[in-house]
Amino acid sequence: MSETGEVTSEEIDALRSRLDMEAERSGYHLNPDPSFTRELVRGLIVNERRYGYRACPCRLASGKMDEDLDMICPCDYRDPDLDEFGTCYCCLYLSRAMIEGGGEPSSIPERRPAPGSRAPEGEMKKIENAGDGGKPGPGLPVWRCRVCGYLCGRDNPPEVCPICKAGRERFERFM
Amino acid sequence: MNLKHVEGKNKGHIMLYALSTCVWCKKTKALFDELGLDYYYTDVDLEDESEQAALREEIRKWNRSCSFPTIVIDDKECIPGYEPINIKKLAAR
Repeated sequence: MSETGEVTSEEIDALRSRLDMEAERSGYHLNPDPSFTRELVRGLIVNERRYGYRACPCRLASGKMDEDLDMICPCDYRDPDLDEFGTCYCCLYLSRAMIEGGGEPSSIPERRPAPGSRAPEGEMKKIENAGDGGKPGPGLPVWRCRVCGYLCGRDNPPEVCPICKAGRERFERFM
Repeated sequence: MNLKHVEGKNKGHIMLYALSTCVWCKKTKALFDELGLDYYYTDVDLEDESEQAALREEIRKWNRSCSFPTIVIDDKECIPGYEPINIKKLAAR
C-alpha cells in the first residue's frame, strides 16, 4: 500500500477543527492533548486517501467498505468505550468525566469482535424488522431525555443530550 | 514482509506488529527506542494484501482480536496493546 503524498499541517488543523466543532455540538469531546489528537487526525486523512473513508487509525482496515463500516470514525464502539473507559479505542474522543478528572487515557481492550464473529448485516436486519412487533433495533433499550424528548437506542444514555445538553441523569428508560 | 530491525540491547527476539497510522504503535516504538531495545517491526497496513492476510493469521495466534500494537517476545510471550509497565519490565530483564 503506498501513501499518496504528505499530509500537510493545514489539512490536519482544518479537519481537527471541524471534528472538534462537530463533537462539541453533539455532546462529545476530542482529546485535549493537541499532539496526540493531531497524530490521530493525520491517520484519519491518510486512511481517507488510501481507502476512501476514514477508517480508525488504530485498526487494520480491509479496504472493503462494507467490511469496515463499524470502524469508520466515529466507530460503532465509541459510545460503549466512552461509557466503560472514558475514552474511545484510539483516544480521539474522551468523556467529559475523563477530561475533567485529568486522568491519563491509556490503551484500552479491543471491543470490535474478531472477524468471523461480526454480524453487521444481521443487526441491520433486526432494525429493518423492528416494525413487526419485535424488540426495537438490535435489542437495545431506548432512552428518553426528559427535558427535550430526544430518544436514542443504546446500552446507556449519553453523557449529555446531543440536542438540549441536559446531563445523563435527566434521561429515563423509555422502552 | 517488509521487516525492519532497530538495533539495541538484546532482551530476546522482540517482534512488533504495528500500524503506520496508529498512535499507540508510535508510542510503543518510541518507548522501545527510549529504552534502547533491539527489536523488529512491520507496519502491517503498508504491506500488500496477501502479506496482510498472512500477518493477520500470524498475529491472531497470539492476540485473537488482532489489535495493534501486538508485541511477541521469543515466539513465546505476547504483550497486546501499549502496556508501558510490561515493556519496561521486559527491558529490565
